[in-house]
Amino acid sequence: MYHARIVVTLRKSILDPQGKAVEHGVHSLGFKDVERVRIGKYIELDLRTEDRGEAERSAREICQKLLANPVMEDFTFTLEESKGM
Amino acid sequence: MGRVKFGIVVFPGSNCDHDVEYVTGTILQQEARLIWHKEASVGDVDVVILPGGFSYGDYLRTGAIARFSPIMKDVVRFAERGGVVFGICNAFQVLTEAGLLPGVLLRNQSLKFVCRDVYLKVERTDTKWTAACEPQEVLRIPIAHGDGNYYADPETLRELEDNRQIVFRYCTREGKLTAAANPNGSLGHIAGIINKRGNILGMMPHPERASDSALGNTDGQKVFRSLIQSFIHQGEMAASAVS
Repeated sequence: MYHARIVVTLRKSILDPQGKAVEHGVHSLGFKDVERVRIGKYIELDLRTEDRGEAERSAREICQKLLANPVMEDFTFTLEESKGM
Repeated sequence: MGRVKFGIVVFPGSNCDHDVEYVTGTILQQEARLIWHKEASVGDVDVVILPGGFSYGDYLRTGAIARFSPIMKDVVRFAERGGVVFGICNAFQVLTEAGLLPGVLLRNQSLKFVCRDVYLKVERTDTKWTAACEPQEVLRIPIAHGDGNYYADPETLRELEDNRQIVFRYCTREGKLTAAANPNGSLGHIAGIINKRGNILGMMPHPERASDSALGNTDGQKVFRSLIQSFIHQGEMAASAVS
């Protein structure tokens, strides 16, 4: 079994008003040197397979077809072998 | 010419389905039927309407999960055969997620859910949705959305302009495209677009909420009347071809 940790972020070319609002909050908190705050999504899932290549292919396809919208989002993921719960 | 048959898809979380049914069925006296999203076929209909709402709670992204509902396979098939598909608000998002229309709808620039009347400029009157409008007519129609900020890459946007696929733009009451008249930050003031073939339209504003005279505004009826007209014309053309 493989445990996937997936991060979906808005593409750099897309304005992120939520990130901007949080950035203002961070500045108000006193951290004036913070910039480029971006908000994304974090998704975890388990893939029932012993084959790392297969796990990677499946995770990529799930990201491309559902978890991220390629028009506005990029994704990255890591895979870790796990024993499940 | 008989009555036009409207099929209205109901996703879990749709909340404008009955409004659309009321406008098409009761007010405009056409055939209107609700289609549960688990059904395999849209059946014998002329127009498929995907209504507004919060399909699947807007989880993940607006419209992202509704696109995988069983009925969507048949909606795609119906559209590919030239069937008329009309997506309103949340369903504009569903249509972009399904790849039936280009681009994407981002969070409103203000980050606020905006619920109020806006003015829309009708950019062309040679579509099935606008044939009953005057050229450059300004319609007053309400919006109610948090993610209506239309975005597409520059190339796609240029293609939309070149092919005249932008049907409705946010404007002032006088029809001017000002920043203040754009309620969500949409590129090119885009409120509604059509596919190249001209049989699929998605728009963020809600014409069904401006179609009952009891509510004081019937501008939205023009959109539905245009659709009905387009089938009547089609029927006349078929009849004259036979004779």
